[in-house]
Formats: sequence, C-alpha cells, structure tokens
Amino acid sequence: MEYLYFIMAVLLIISLFFSRKKTWRAVVRGGKKLLKILPNYLKILVFLALVMSFAEDFIVQYLGTQNIFLGSLLAIIVGSIVMMPGFIAYPLAGVLLTQGVSYTVIAGFVISLKMVGVATYPVEKEYMGVKGTVYRNSASIIITVILTFLIGLYYGEVIL
Amino acid sequence: MMEGNKINYGIFAVFILFLLFSQLIEFEFGKVVTDNFIIFARDMLLILPPAFIIIGLFEVWISREKIENSFGSASGSLRYIYAVLLAATTVGGTFVAFPVANSLYHKGADYSSIFTYITAASLVMIPMSIMEATIIGLEFTLLRIGLSIPLVIISSVILNRLFLKLDYELPTDV
Repeated sequence: MEYLYFIMAVLLIISLFFSRKKTWRAVVRGGKKLLKILPNYLKILVFLALVMSFAEDFIVQYLGTQNIFLGSLLAIIVGSIVMMPGFIAYPLAGVLLTQGVSYTVIAGFVISLKMVGVATYPVEKEYMGVKGTVYRNSASIIITVILTFLIGLYYGEVIL
Repeated sequence: MMEGNKINYGIFAVFILFLLFSQLIEFEFGKVVTDNFIIFARDMLLILPPAFIIIGLFEVWISREKIENSFGSASGSLRYIYAVLLAATTVGGTFVAFPVANSLYHKGADYSSIFTYITAASLVMIPMSIMEATIIGLEFTLLRIGLSIPLVIISSVILNRLFLKLDYELPTDV
C-alpha cells in the first residue's frame, strides 16, 4: 500500500512539471470524488468489522464438514457475503488446509471471496449502477461454482 | 444522495461511539469489533486517497482517444489482455477497481473491458496471488488463475452484448 503513495507522488511531480493548473484540477477532482463516495466505504467498513467478529470462528468451525457438497456451498455463501483483505483471508485458508479441509471447499471460499461482493454493494452500485452490479455478481457466482467444481475434479475430490 | 450521506455518517458516528464506549466499559465483543475495524480501516481506507488522486490525474491527462483505442471495441481482443494487465497491477482489488472502471467507461472503454477488469482485479492481483501460492500452493494458484481468466472473459463478452441490447449506461458524475 505504501507504494501506491509513492506512485502517486511520482505521478504528481511529473504532472506538476507539465502543468500546474491541470495538476490542481486533477487533485480537486479526485478529492471531490472521494468525498462523495466515502460514506459508502465507511458503511462497508462498519458491516465488515461487525461480521468478521464472528465470521472467522464460523468459517473455521463449519467449512470443515465432511460433506464436500455442503462444505463448498457454505464456503461460497460465506465468501460471497464477506470480503476481507488477503493477509487475513489466506492465513485463514491455510488454517483450513492444515485442518484437512478439501481444496474444493477452499477454492469455493477463496474464489467467491474475490469475485462476488455482497458487502461491497454500496460502492459498486454507485459506479456500476444497480443492474450492472447485480448482473456482474450473478455472473461471478456462476463462474465460482464452475471453478470450484473444476478444481474439485482436478484434485480428485469431486468424483463423477 | 445528500440525505443518504447524512444517514451514513450518522451510522458511522454511532458505530465509533459504540467502539469507544466498549473500550471504556471493557466490553469484550466491542473490543473484538474494534480490532477488526482497525485492521480493515488500515487496509482499505488508507488506500483511497492516493487511489482517487491517481484517478483524478488519469481523468485530466489521458485522452479519450487513447482509452478508446486500447479498451474500446476498436481494440479487438487485445483489450482483454490490457484489462487483465491493468487488473493485475491495481492495488486494492475491487475496492479501487470500481471507481477506475467507471472512469475508464466514460473515457470510451466498452463493457467487456471493464467487466473483465473488475473481476480480474480481485482474481489476479499480483501481490495477493504470491501470498496465496505460498500458503495454499503454487499449483492451486496457477490452476485458479488459468481456469478463471477464460471464464471471466467469456462472461464479460456476454454481459457486453446484454448491456448493449439494454442501452445501459453507467452512472455519471460519481
């Protein structure tokens, strides 16, 4: 994340070199955009902070079910609703793996976590519109199911 | 919009008060929520100021022509490669990808590029994928990325057709 500040600084310097006026306009425009959407980001943060306070235990406890179909289904549901930074999600997936949770379930969890965003709806709908958001997420759920299934086949955990 | 913002800030203020109060009375659940909130806020909120300044610079400096040529329908299938490359290097995943996608769209990118971009932004982000490979395994990561990209592109092409048929427009002035 620090390097995004670094990139910003470099770009600003280059921009200043070419035009002070345009740089100022860019900064104002970026600032205005951020202020407009900030409350929606804050809403997501509040939701995630609350949900994550019991989601982690829930995930460790329930995704390890012996039934691979049920486990994957739960994984995809939980993964679709919440969203978490990688440095939380992957160590969690690592814990699941050491507990003997199948790759199929982990795939369902990790992929839906990334692709499907119920929690991010307040921000996505502002930029993509309601229809754009709903359609994209629906497509993402379908893709998640296909990918989970394929990964299960690959690891020999889903047997036809 | 303005009314909604007031309510959102209100909810946020109440939430912060709840966190502070939990610290005061040593309320265990409230403390857990506080820890989570700090982790998420550090990761997600701090990324927004530089991201939006860069979006501002993008909108001011990059010509419509350039975007149309690389992300518009004139660019052919190359635009998917550009979209995936841009996604792989977007810091912050979908959180940052949404506003970027909206800006790209208004500069002339077509639906298939931006849908590929948004979905790929979370799937192929380089730093996250490296972390995944170390923890879960390189085989898993390669498999996941290799299988997902074609599916993402196919779905974006379908969504593109659908939205063109619907004459759908993304929100402006956000």
